[in-house]
Amino acid sequence: MAESTDATVEEKDEDSSVGVVVDTDGFGDTATSDEVVLEVKNLQTHFTTRWGTVKAVDGVNYHVNRGETLGIVGESGSGKSVTALSLMRLVPTPPGKIVDGEVHLGGRNLLALSEREMTGVRGGEISIILQDPMQALNPVFDISNQVGEAIKIHQKLKGAALWDKVVDSLRKVRIPAPETRAKDYPHQLSGGMRQRVVGAIGISSAPAVIIADEPTTSLDVTIQAAYLRLLRQIQQEEGVGIIFITHDFGIVAKMCDRVAVMYAGRIVEVSDVRTIFNNPLHEYTKALISSVPKLEEKSGRLPQIEGQPPLLYNLPPGDAFAPRSTLEFTPEDAARRPPLVEVEKDHWVQLSRSSVSNYDKYANLMPAEDDE
Amino acid sequence: MTIAENVSTAPVPPAPGVNPSADAIISIRNLRKWYQVGGGFLGFGQKIFLKAVDDVSFDIERNKTFGLVGESGCGKTTTLKLLLGLEKPTSGTIYYEGEDVSTLSKAGKTEFRRSVQAVFQDPWSSLNPRMRVRAIVGEPLEIATTMTKGQIATRVGDLLSETGLNPYQANLYPHEFSGGQRQRIGIARALALNPKVIALDEPVSALDVSIRAQIMNLLVDLQEEHGLAYLLVAHNLATVRYMCHDMAVMYLGVVQESGETEAIFNNPMHIYTNALVSAALPSHPDIQREEFLLPGEVVSPIDPPPGDVFMTRTPLEVDPNHKWANERPPLVEKEPGHWVVETPWSMASDAGLQVELTSHEGV
Repeated sequence: MAESTDATVEEKDEDSSVGVVVDTDGFGDTATSDEVVLEVKNLQTHFTTRWGTVKAVDGVNYHVNRGETLGIVGESGSGKSVTALSLMRLVPTPPGKIVDGEVHLGGRNLLALSEREMTGVRGGEISIILQDPMQALNPVFDISNQVGEAIKIHQKLKGAALWDKVVDSLRKVRIPAPETRAKDYPHQLSGGMRQRVVGAIGISSAPAVIIADEPTTSLDVTIQAAYLRLLRQIQQEEGVGIIFITHDFGIVAKMCDRVAVMYAGRIVEVSDVRTIFNNPLHEYTKALISSVPKLEEKSGRLPQIEGQPPLLYNLPPGDAFAPRSTLEFTPEDAARRPPLVEVEKDHWVQLSRSSVSNYDKYANLMPAEDDE
Repeated sequence: MTIAENVSTAPVPPAPGVNPSADAIISIRNLRKWYQVGGGFLGFGQKIFLKAVDDVSFDIERNKTFGLVGESGCGKTTTLKLLLGLEKPTSGTIYYEGEDVSTLSKAGKTEFRRSVQAVFQDPWSSLNPRMRVRAIVGEPLEIATTMTKGQIATRVGDLLSETGLNPYQANLYPHEFSGGQRQRIGIARALALNPKVIALDEPVSALDVSIRAQIMNLLVDLQEEHGLAYLLVAHNLATVRYMCHDMAVMYLGVVQESGETEAIFNNPMHIYTNALVSAALPSHPDIQREEFLLPGEVVSPIDPPPGDVFMTRTPLEVDPNHKWANERPPLVEKEPGHWVVETPWSMASDAGLQVELTSHEGV
């Protein structure tokens, strides 16, 4: 499938009379494997503010397999972006600090590396595609300069070899006429093209993991669709693992193999994408999915999540979602910090009576309180 | 019935003196906004125009929502600004309750401005950070009514509770609120003068997913209670399908397809509409839509082709000698209340590109 879609796109670029590219295969499943490329263990990132310590990421565990897309979903303040910055060790310090945890990539713990070693990893084995392509590119350097920077550092190339590699990276993200485009400055490109350049920087050093932090929010639907398709193709060609940070369940439905839902700095539910859509267990996941209007049919009145996202410096001690939950529960049910429990194979959920409606079914899986 | 049968919406040539439809609170006819961007030095030479809105006609019916969709640069926001009087149209007419707005008396214009209010996209930049909520929501009342301070304070409290805020929050500043709450403040301000029409410019796209449903439901409730008409500008098609009764799809300043929202989603006729629908994100991972990308990119609205603006993007062959390659094609009513620009290269059925939206069964 990788070859066929690839060919149609190439055709489109070279011969526009072919016209419309019809993707009959849809996105389908990728060749994901069970080989873990990145593993995050008990990550904790805190910020010191004048209101107190903000636990932006509060004990998060997940892994990414080769060639797989893991979606991290949540609203602003849920800690999804700080999780990503922590992996890159780009959390501004102070006020932020990675307090605890391990990030394993290529047999090393990134959090234990020296800053110098980390510079070698960042943009090399792991890279990030940021949200706003206008801010991510420097207006005073041309495209070849910016794409070449990462290649120069990580692959120690220069001169003609560097140039070839830059053009090659631009070609990989399907920028037409890459030799001429490489000499352009960011303002000469359209929004969609700029975002592709940012993508080219991301993939230029053949990373094992790419973090995509809402890379399409500022793009039009048609450009967004083209960009998502491109990411998927690159993933199939290079076998790279993608962490896709988003708040849009449409993107999750289209792009992701597995999904982690974050709320108030913690993961409340993780599973494969179909289980998350067909059988969500946590009330927050359920509410998020059902509160989005559907394109495919005229929706009746949307169910809405009452209340506001919590203030992270003033979290309720036990189940952080309890104040917004519509389930019936006693204060004691919500008092315990809910553990993330594997309720079905590969389906983990933060188990508590205040956030899971069929809690009783899984109550026997709850670890004893003193285990923590 | 979006566009009344007795009204010709044929945009070319501009038909003077067409009556607006009776059901419409706002009727827009042959509206143009051209910006001169070059040429014409001292009256000599060829003038070059950026045609942001070029011959747009539609009706907003009472108590209903009209949606404008399209990619950035298609002219949907300019159309909204023209309605609000923030831009002066190059030509064309806006009718409010059957009367041409440009010929209204001074009192009539004041009445029109009170009746048409706006809610903007970004609740962070559309509220003055140095004003208390009390002043923000009360400002229109202070300017446009003779209410006393006490009456204004009571009204502000009522407006805040109506939009789901607490009246005691009137003394706070905008930065003390979350995004969703700020958007509620914006809505309260828009409601202050009991308007009949509210222009909504991407009212939920800057908000968190969990908050969007709250704001959309609030808007729907307010519409029912106050009999409001909305003009909704959005690029999210699912939002448009949820909120709008009627809609128009714009490309390069020109309406390509318009009609009842359900008619368009059930049977999108124009290739461009189908391209937008096919690119929209699915609501379930098992929905695998056939997705197609149009050749090329959106062309510049500066000096667009004299004929059909869509002809540079169509996958079908364009005969350069065809009438519609040299002259602007009109909207044709293909089905009752469903209008589309029909040319040999614009119809999805001719290209075999019609998208059928099927929802996911079960769950």
